[in-house]
Amino acid sequence: MAKKRTVRTIHQERTPVAELDAFTRAHNFEEVNCGYTEAEAIRESERCLFCPDPKCIEGCPVSIDIPNFIQKIGERDYRGAYEVITGTNLLPAVCGRVCPQENQCEGVCTVGETLESVAIGRLERFIGDLAIQNNWINKPYIQPSRSSNGGRYRIGIVGSGPSGMACAADMAKAGCDVTVFEAFHEAGGVLRYGIPEFRLPNTVVDAEIDKLKELGVRFECNVLVGRLFTIEQMIEEMGFDAVFIGTGAGYPTMLNIPGDSLNGVLSANELLTRCNLMRAREFPNVDTPLPLGKHVVVVGAGNTAMDALRVSMRLGAEKVTCVYRRSKVECPARAEEVHHAEQEGIEFNWLTNPIEILDDGEGNVRAIRCIRMELGEPDDSGRRRPVTIPGSEFEIETDEVVYAIGTNANPIIGQTSKLKLNKWGYIATDKTLMTSIAGVFAGGDIVTGAATVIMAMGAGRKAAQGMKAFLGIRDIGPLRRDHSIFGIDAREHNFMRVRVAA
Amino acid sequence: MITSDNSAPVLTGNRPFEILRREDYSDVTYMLEVHHPQMARAAQPGQFVIVMSHSDGERIPLTIADFKREKGTITLVIQAVGKSTLEMKEMCQVGTHLYGLAGPMGIPSHVSSAKKVICVGGGLGVAPVYPQARALKEAGAYVIGILGYRTKDLIFWEDKFRAITDELIICTDDGSAGIRGFVTDGIRQALESHPDTEEVIAIGPPVMMKASAQATKPYGIKTMVSLNPIMVDGTGMCGGCRVKVGEKVKFACVDGPDFDGHEVDFDDLMIRLRRYKEEERVARERWSESCRMSTAAVGSEYATVSA
Ligand SMILES: Cc1cc2nc3c(=O)[nH]c(=O)nc-3n(C[C@H](O)[C@H](O)[C@H](O)COP(=O)(O)OP(=O)(O)OC[C@H]3O[C@@H](n4cnc5c(N)ncnc54)[C@H](O)[C@@H]3O)c2cc1C
Ligand SMILES: Cc1cc2nc3c(=O)[nH]c(=O)nc-3n(C[C@H](O)[C@H](O)[C@H](O)COP(=O)(O)OP(=O)(O)OC[C@H]3O[C@@H](n4cnc5c(N)ncnc54)[C@H](O)[C@@H]3O)c2cc1C
Ligand code: SF4
Ligand code: FES
Repeated sequence: MAKKRTVRTIHQERTPVAELDAFTRAHNFEEVNCGYTEAEAIRESERCLFCPDPKCIEGCPVSIDIPNFIQKIGERDYRGAYEVITGTNLLPAVCGRVCPQENQCEGVCTVGETLESVAIGRLERFIGDLAIQNNWINKPYIQPSRSSNGGRYRIGIVGSGPSGMACAADMAKAGCDVTVFEAFHEAGGVLRYGIPEFRLPNTVVDAEIDKLKELGVRFECNVLVGRLFTIEQMIEEMGFDAVFIGTGAGYPTMLNIPGDSLNGVLSANELLTRCNLMRAREFPNVDTPLPLGKHVVVVGAGNTAMDALRVSMRLGAEKVTCVYRRSKVECPARAEEVHHAEQEGIEFNWLTNPIEILDDGEGNVRAIRCIRMELGEPDDSGRRRPVTIPGSEFEIETDEVVYAIGTNANPIIGQTSKLKLNKWGYIATDKTLMTSIAGVFAGGDIVTGAATVIMAMGAGRKAAQGMKAFLGIRDIGPLRRDHSIFGIDAREHNFMRVRVAA
Repeated sequence: MITSDNSAPVLTGNRPFEILRREDYSDVTYMLEVHHPQMARAAQPGQFVIVMSHSDGERIPLTIADFKREKGTITLVIQAVGKSTLEMKEMCQVGTHLYGLAGPMGIPSHVSSAKKVICVGGGLGVAPVYPQARALKEAGAYVIGILGYRTKDLIFWEDKFRAITDELIICTDDGSAGIRGFVTDGIRQALESHPDTEEVIAIGPPVMMKASAQATKPYGIKTMVSLNPIMVDGTGMCGGCRVKVGEKVKFACVDGPDFDGHEVDFDDLMIRLRRYKEEERVARERWSESCRMSTAAVGSEYATVSA
């Protein structure tokens, strides 16, 4: 860094990233965003101003030391960059792809005040992918932590989504014996069954899970906790010293309008699970079917809706339409996803609310009846409330309607344990993410309601901190910003176990 | 109970799910006893499992027809009706393993304190009603069993039911054994001699459950049914298993599978079960071709009752 960079001296244009062209990709499941090449990554790294008071770190839910890793990219010290990121973020290849950066780090980046912000997400992904290619892993020096009776602490993790993976990794690094229980036959949570291949290839999820296995984490699939054994049994009978619950918020909401139960009406979760986890797009070579409509209508406009729209397009629907009751400005999906969907030829009906699904006389969907909306006064969330325009009802011909209007807490853990829940059925926790049962922690969507990958991951790590405190394992805290503790580099600290005198 | 030894590995998941015993009751009905000690301990009447027979397979729901806690096994009784169940009939031999087996799923049946109950099983419902009948018997109830089969050759588990019921009525469509007629005829006959029956439990094809619920409605006797909609995950994640009960939408896998038969919208269930008819046909035909096996074995239990 010879001269101090200013907004005027840096490359003015954000380095573009190669993407599959919209026409080809709309018919296959290849990843849309091809990622930066080395030269592109270096060029983009040169746009960072290394602000003395970096806003981006504050914008990041897990406070990645962003300028530090970008600087390392500039120095071509990719391994170093990887270590900076994984100091706080375990899943760079995943988060670089799916984080809503425009509302987080990139949204507050200083460069973004005058030009397009630094492409932090793409740089993160560049490093994450390199790590997978080169099989880098922060294999820490793990000293087995001993519980009072001399054995290793045993930690049970329920659910293998990002929150469970993060908690598992931290506890394994703390020398504990960690087992992850997953109800499905494959691990990964929403990363596996929800987010489709063209946004997050399965190979990336596999690679992240393999890293956890290298840390000694065991995965036990086909285990429905609550029913096969309860949370209470894990603590009282199975010898777990602490448990983390990260079961997500997968219970889909239906619209509750006439025609809800017609054949051809399904939740986005069902569509995506059939397509991603069960690989129904290969039917009849695999056994799970997914009959596809000619004209698919998706209700909702969040990330899940965008995935459902784009998956339907790729499965070969002739026409795919999005119906959303607010306007494009209020749409909760990532800007990039909406943009991609539009490029791929998906039609958007903003300010449109479905009121009834009509049948063909044989129990199948024939059309969806909607009403037009206009924006009224702002509501509690600050967004302008949509109000109906009387007499504006109209029909859209369709043979498949997909609901992507949100999810609720999964009821199984609540049904089978005495854990305290809040009034919406999510698990209640204290500040350390401990639940009403001592030693049992919870985090991710099952505590907050549907959120993001990075929030879930952050929660998993926070719970791990709470768990270590609970067990009396001294923790140096992954989120601490100072770079050395007792004169030892923080990086090393993060992976070393310091035990308290008993 | 479960291991409490700190150093011992947890005895769950990724275990082989080995098939220890198999019995064929007819051309279409077969029984598998699968090794899963932890599930055998946890299972309760009315619960089900999700099975994947191989990595490209479907996740199919099957009722836990019996569980042997000491032996560490659960018992599945399966009727070959389509690609997956036909294929399992060929593949699942003693010594082989299931690819995936998750459960026990669903809310266990409420074992009521009723003093007199009728347990009805039709076709593929015969096996699922067994653990409930046994639990009721153990709870001290007077249990009347009614089992419906198409014909004499398809009868199975008669002895098992004799051992745990106080009275047993067998019905066959063609009269080749027991009374000639449908289980609804059996229900009427039983209700005539036992008007003090407090509860009826009916499990079988949707038409049979619907007819059973209609048969008991005039008497105002509580009638529980176990619904079998199409499922994917079995954990409340997809909503594919939603059913209408008393005008409310319920997910059978986590809110059921047992519901009050007088509240269930059976027509809705039957329509939804036809959702994948075309794909099921394609899959079955492809599979039959590929193994050059006749599909003659495919029988329909719907013939057990009149609609
Ligand atoms: C289609 C879709 C697209 C999304 N896109 C984005 C995006 O682009 N960017 C972003 O940041 N976020 C996105 N999200 C949100 C994000 O994926 C979630 O917030 C995040 O995955 C939550 O993580 P989690 O660990 O809490 O739970 P999950 O990822 O939901 O994982 C929970 C796991 O627990 C398992 N489980 C549940 N109950 C039990 C039980 N009783 N026993 C054992 N296992 C159990 C489940 O099978 C599942 O595997 C998306 C979500 C969806 C559905
Ligand atoms: C809670 C529950 C318990 C069940 N218990 C048993 C049992 O103990 N023994 C038994 O033989 N069968 C049972 N079934 C039904 C069994 O799951 C289906 O027969 C099986 O999935 C059919 O798969 P297939 O590929 O062989 O046939 P397909 O050709 O796919 O379908 C044949 C028939 O099965 C129905 N079906 C298809 N897929 C499913 C699915 N995923 N879930 C439910 N029904 C489906 C179809 O509507 C069709 O009528 C149960 C179903 C449920 C929901
Ligand atoms: S805010 Fe932007 S320019 Fe400043 S350090 Fe962060 S990424 Fe670099
Ligand atoms: S089977 Fe998916 S919600 Fe019940």
